[in-house]
Amino acid sequence: MPERTMEAPHGGTGSDAPAAATPPAPVGPELARDFRDVLPADSVITDEVGRRSYECDGLTGFRQVPALVVLPRDADEVAACVRICARHGVPFVARGAGTGLSGGAMPVADGVVISLQKLRRILEIDVENRRAVLEPGVYNLDISKAAKPHGLYYAPDPSSQQVCTIGGNVAENSGGAHCLKYGFTTNHVLEMEVVLADGSVVTLGGPTGEQAGPDLRGLFIGSEGTLGICTKVTVRLLQTPEAVRTVLADFPSIEAAGDTVGDIVDAAIIPAAVEMMDSLSMEASEAATGAGLTVDAPAALIIELDGPADEVDAEFEHLTAICERHGATRLHVPTEAEERQKVWKGRKAAFAAVGRISPDYIVQDGVVPRTRLAEVLTRIAEMGRDAGLRVANVFHAGDGNLHPLVLYSEAAGEHDAAEKLSTDIAELCVELGGSLSGEHGIGTDKACSMPVMFSPEDLGVMHRVRLAFDPDSRCNPGKLFPTPRLCGERPGKYAPHPLEEAGVIERL
Amino acid sequence: MTTHPTTGPSPDFSSERGEKPAPERADVLGGEFGSFDDHHPPAQELLDDCVHCGFCLPTCPTYALWGEEMDSPRGRIYLMEMAEKGEIPLEGAFTTHIDRCLGCMACVTACPSGVQYDRLLEATRPQIERNVARSRSDRLFREAIFALFPYKRRLRAASIGGALYQKLRPKSMDRLMARLPERFSRLVAMESLLPPVSVREAFARIPARTPAVGPRRGRVGLLTGCVQDVFFHPVNEATVRVLAAEGWDVIAPREQTCCGALGLHAGREEEAIARAKKLIATFERARVDTIATNVAGCGSSMKEYGELLADDPEWADRAQAFAAKVRDISEVVDETLADPRARRHPIEATVVYHDACHLGHAQKIRTEPRRVLRAIPGVELVELPEAEICCGSAGIYNMLQPQAAGDLGRRKADNIRGTGADVLVTANPGCLLQIRKYLDGELPMLHPIQLVDASIRGVRPPEMG
Repeated sequence: MPERTMEAPHGGTGSDAPAAATPPAPVGPELARDFRDVLPADSVITDEVGRRSYECDGLTGFRQVPALVVLPRDADEVAACVRICARHGVPFVARGAGTGLSGGAMPVADGVVISLQKLRRILEIDVENRRAVLEPGVYNLDISKAAKPHGLYYAPDPSSQQVCTIGGNVAENSGGAHCLKYGFTTNHVLEMEVVLADGSVVTLGGPTGEQAGPDLRGLFIGSEGTLGICTKVTVRLLQTPEAVRTVLADFPSIEAAGDTVGDIVDAAIIPAAVEMMDSLSMEASEAATGAGLTVDAPAALIIELDGPADEVDAEFEHLTAICERHGATRLHVPTEAEERQKVWKGRKAAFAAVGRISPDYIVQDGVVPRTRLAEVLTRIAEMGRDAGLRVANVFHAGDGNLHPLVLYSEAAGEHDAAEKLSTDIAELCVELGGSLSGEHGIGTDKACSMPVMFSPEDLGVMHRVRLAFDPDSRCNPGKLFPTPRLCGERPGKYAPHPLEEAGVIERL
Repeated sequence: MTTHPTTGPSPDFSSERGEKPAPERADVLGGEFGSFDDHHPPAQELLDDCVHCGFCLPTCPTYALWGEEMDSPRGRIYLMEMAEKGEIPLEGAFTTHIDRCLGCMACVTACPSGVQYDRLLEATRPQIERNVARSRSDRLFREAIFALFPYKRRLRAASIGGALYQKLRPKSMDRLMARLPERFSRLVAMESLLPPVSVREAFARIPARTPAVGPRRGRVGLLTGCVQDVFFHPVNEATVRVLAAEGWDVIAPREQTCCGALGLHAGREEEAIARAKKLIATFERARVDTIATNVAGCGSSMKEYGELLADDPEWADRAQAFAAKVRDISEVVDETLADPRARRHPIEATVVYHDACHLGHAQKIRTEPRRVLRAIPGVELVELPEAEICCGSAGIYNMLQPQAAGDLGRRKADNIRGTGADVLVTANPGCLLQIRKYLDGELPMLHPIQLVDASIRGVRPPEMG
């Protein structure tokens, strides 16, 4: 794999621009009129204040005001909106709850945002076949709420599960704390109805998740909105485990916690979840939730076992013994379901809670082989020291999915240093044999780092696949793939971008 | 891979992304605080707390209804930011979206970053009231509300008209109301909220002093309220009986007037300040240990008197002292549960408790009323789906924004029906009026203290036969 480093990863647009201003009205009034023919007038947002409200998602460093925002109410209206975009040759971005952390739902200038927030119906809970049929705007947690009376639940549980939508989960192939044992969104979505860029409606996958020919379902999941918009999702529901046991274990060092994770896996225990938090993230989270975390412990693991009661009991004993062997300073075992939820709340609120200890911060997402956890954490700590910035760590330790949080102050002018540190951390993950992103996606944020992980040939293949679905690149354009201007084009003398040299992209 | 794929036009990712320099803004407004004036604009450090994570979205009533960013908590904070920078004026869209906020504070509960949206909203609404000219009809309607509701005497006078109207109201009135054009929707909403009026109850007074039964715990001052005392007088009577039975002397100063909550929550800061001072003085004279209220909205604003009067050297300390004494009735009764004086008789009933926003979200009082209700033998408490979402009452919201309030009211009613409970209890007259409108006659609706009172007296609760 060729090592290519961009000079100034996020130069030019987005992060550096203070706040995007209104673009000149490039889209004629005919476009809005056409949308109003198929949607109620108040579902077509054209005013400046309304459009600016959509200029970013959960990653506020990248902003772009869209030309229009539309809020269709059902799949037919979504298809109709996409057809209007096709007719006008206008790009569009599908948007769920707008909680993404990679700028994947950032609008395109002169483009349309298609919000799926009015498609929130749970169409069917098929108890016998353990399936649920959902509109894309259904909140992740609401699936489990609806399935609960039947003793069922939906396994993937991103930290933002109370607000993120199943449509967004499909776009990002979202994981969550429990994906160590249960897998990602792609392991739980059986079938999808998808509107393609030309407005045609196709079904990917099938009632059992199988489909003759290539696995287009698998291809679509995680494509970050670049292949189409899903308007109906059939997911697998699992039986609620008979027993669940959780332990919150404090450790004297990050290394001790890391080694514990290794030993648990070596002992052939597959916990439902193994989460690690460092003292900085615990400090923030404890302030926000009062979950009972020990704020002065250097590291803590939240380990959860689930399954048949006997099996869980036996494994739990084994597990606590492993923790003690590594010098665990406290083992807190919540007994009541309420108490257990509180511990989880402490973990899941961590990203947002960091706002309490730092005016600004970047949530990073990368993956390293589990065996290199301690090494990567040491390196991150060193890089943070060099940059003069604090880095908090919260992560899915079981599968090596890191979430370093780079704390900085915009007001103190630390933005660029933080951006650079954050990017360096993601690229360090690749260097250590891991991946740029575990679950937050590439979006706008990491497009420039893609060449660190993928060769121009790889990127070329990905792009051809995308064009097969969307020949005009109108579905969420500008995401995933690096662009010269985003990735460090400087004014002045022309210098070819590495991808231009490789023929992956060209300049018009 | 050497050449570009030929399956489509060549991708110029840059133009797709619309990467273009931000134009200079010529229309930046105002001075240091942008479009806000300099009297307590929303504080920048409070705005900075919001990281745009979106955890607030599902609990916001208007976002639940419409799914639009501008009508969500993080969206409204975004608008405040833009106004603070002078990028948008207060008139127009800004006012529209802030007006549509119910002020239910569900977002404050949901926020992991500790954003104080309550303080942001309370700083923003007076800015609008001061700086935005409302349309004549909007202004007159608001003036009418504030000329009536905070005045017990005027409400009592109105109750005569209301009772007469209800007696004489022909059946055909419903049809007439339904046919009125859209611009009268606020009046139609107001008419439909009118509870069954009893003139006798409206004019009844709570005694100025009710002695404790048995050994005394202390002296409680009772805020009798405006709407509460006129339209829900039996709730005040039950409150006094329960407090006395539990060993409190109950002082209900005759001269007490409105606490200012309605005005405060609508951005009428000056009016709220004047009322707060008057009420503080009244209760200072009453020399009570605790000031109890059975209205969630009043309790919430009285607990904030310290902040409201912080600028006034003469009143700041007195306001702090007053606020420190304020308790919701459920807090007062809950404290006595460890050592109850009055025996509870059983009430066999499935009870659904609706958290009033100003009690649950604003005052974080959720467990106390539930414990008080569970202390009644025979009561089985059931929880409400979407409990965190407002019923649409929200002070005067259901009169100002009847359509949104109606959608929320129906949603709440459906959830209540789904529980199959025998009785609904909630600690706010506004919620009772609102929910009654959408569940008329389907099940009894009471203030929790009325159940406690019935249990202590060993009688069937009102409306429950």
